[in-house]
Amino acid sequence: MPTSTSIAEYARPSERARSFLSRLRGGDAAAHLITFLAAASIVFVTGWIVFELYTNSVLSRREFGWSFLTTQVWDPVAGQFGALPFIYGTLVTSGLALLQAIPLGVGAAIFLSELAPSRVSDALTFLIELLAAVPSVIYGLLGVFVLIPFLKTIEPAIRRVLGFLPYFQGPFYGVSVLTAGFVLAIMVIPFIISISREVLLAVPADQREAAMALGATKWEATWDIVVPFARKGIIGSIFLALARSLGETMAVTMVIGNDPKIHASLFAPGYSIASVIANEFTEATGDLYVHALIELGLVLFALTFVINGLARLLILSTTRKGSS
Amino acid sequence: MTARLVYRKATNIVMLTLTGVCTLLAVSVLFFILGYLLWHGGKSLTWDFFTKLPVPVGETGGGMANAIVGSAKLLLIASLIGVPVGFLGGVYLAEFGGSTFSYIVRYTTDLLNGVPSIVIGIFAYTVIIVRQHHFSTFAGGIALGVMMIPIAVRSTEEFLKAVPNSLREGAVALGASRSKAIVTVVIPAAIHGILTGIMLDLARVAGETAPLIFTAFGNQFWSPGWNQPTSSLPVMIYTYAISPYDDWHRQAWSAGFVLLTLVLLVNVFSRLILARKGHIAR
Repeated sequence: MPTSTSIAEYARPSERARSFLSRLRGGDAAAHLITFLAAASIVFVTGWIVFELYTNSVLSRREFGWSFLTTQVWDPVAGQFGALPFIYGTLVTSGLALLQAIPLGVGAAIFLSELAPSRVSDALTFLIELLAAVPSVIYGLLGVFVLIPFLKTIEPAIRRVLGFLPYFQGPFYGVSVLTAGFVLAIMVIPFIISISREVLLAVPADQREAAMALGATKWEATWDIVVPFARKGIIGSIFLALARSLGETMAVTMVIGNDPKIHASLFAPGYSIASVIANEFTEATGDLYVHALIELGLVLFALTFVINGLARLLILSTTRKGSS
Repeated sequence: MTARLVYRKATNIVMLTLTGVCTLLAVSVLFFILGYLLWHGGKSLTWDFFTKLPVPVGETGGGMANAIVGSAKLLLIASLIGVPVGFLGGVYLAEFGGSTFSYIVRYTTDLLNGVPSIVIGIFAYTVIIVRQHHFSTFAGGIALGVMMIPIAVRSTEEFLKAVPNSLREGAVALGASRSKAIVTVVIPAAIHGILTGIMLDLARVAGETAPLIFTAFGNQFWSPGWNQPTSSLPVMIYTYAISPYDDWHRQAWSAGFVLLTLVLLVNVFSRLILARKGHIAR
């Protein structure tokens, strides 16, 4: 008896070592480890991005503090950097885009989920989702050579109807905040349509049937029952579209006019956070200038982080597909 | 009573028609634009585009052969980074993942997916360009590689999860270890889906411009090796489109046509394959 215990005790560590070795040779532990490292590296890289943005904007943060976000002056020569014109441009273009994309996108999603036969709906959704795959620089190209000439032809008409508003005054050169808003709207509509449609399709059929059985018309059943049921997911899709349009760089850079001033008129050129980074980063001389641009990147990151987080929470709570 | 009913029925018809109009408007505006690009771009495409280098400002003609090769090189580096990390990370989430850590990984993956591409460009700039002191193909490829990771992870995970558990159990019952079962049974069962997911991922980063502007930069000539600035199709479209020269505009259209055709072809085929297999990760 005593011998056997001592042998067992004696054998234990090596047995443990052997079993680890055999597990490693069998590959389970190794596979677990390798895939774990890959997964961990994703978290690491994301953290690294934040770290780089933070440490490389230290000069600008120290120099300007929070007033960076509220200052209107952007004068690289004088070393004065304020982010307000860019934040304003980013928010206004995205707001304009959503103003057009929400009614169109949600309307189309209602049609595709409630009215269209499923084959037609699937085919149209397929085409619409293809549009989400079109690179943004292509939308920029079309914005420059198709949308701007088009807006120039309808501009007198807009002016005649809405010209009394301060938003539609002053000269119009083609490149403007309004143009950027249009391009962004076209770019985000596919996201709103495809996600809202999915959320609407996830509404149980008995909701519709119950409403219709109580005498509601098709529209009443849709608007008063189905849409409120899917409300959170639809708002989520809008937030996702908002995050996309806030971070959109190329298409906006090509049509917004790149003027770091705040104008009341939508006909005037403006500037967005992403496009000032794209335009001035390679030309930035001096550390403070570069750090100010990177701090703009940090602001953009924070904005999209919050909005994406909200969007995912909302979509997750209505469908189980959080990845969409 | 009847007036109320008439009103309700009228609202019904009007509103439902309006949703149809929305769909029609969204689809037709968008397709007018694409059709215009295909028509206009296809018209301005010449054979020189694929074989010649860009010519100096003021001369007409020339092509974008170096940009096509540059884009290919960038995508190669990107997939060398994005595919292994994304694929293995997806395997972890689908096959090994515990609860808390997996949740963190999924959340950060979604977060990374939402990071604006220009910010990824800044990251590659501060990490590589600042230390190297010059623009390089390598840095651009890394920026695109980081952008590839999230979609590779999520599509790999989804397709692996779609493999029925009975396959795993069957393999283990026959004496295979966990990893053996994954490598020889589970992954082969999902490989078509995973590969199409990665193709979609590549098509997405192929059109990315913003992260390349200050990493791979641009180059009017061939870019030797991997450590020099290189031109790429998206950046060429951008610089040529905003230039004041008519011939450059024509070439921007050609480049747009080539890029869009490639991206759309990959998307159409991948989606047709995936449509038979279920959900597509975005």
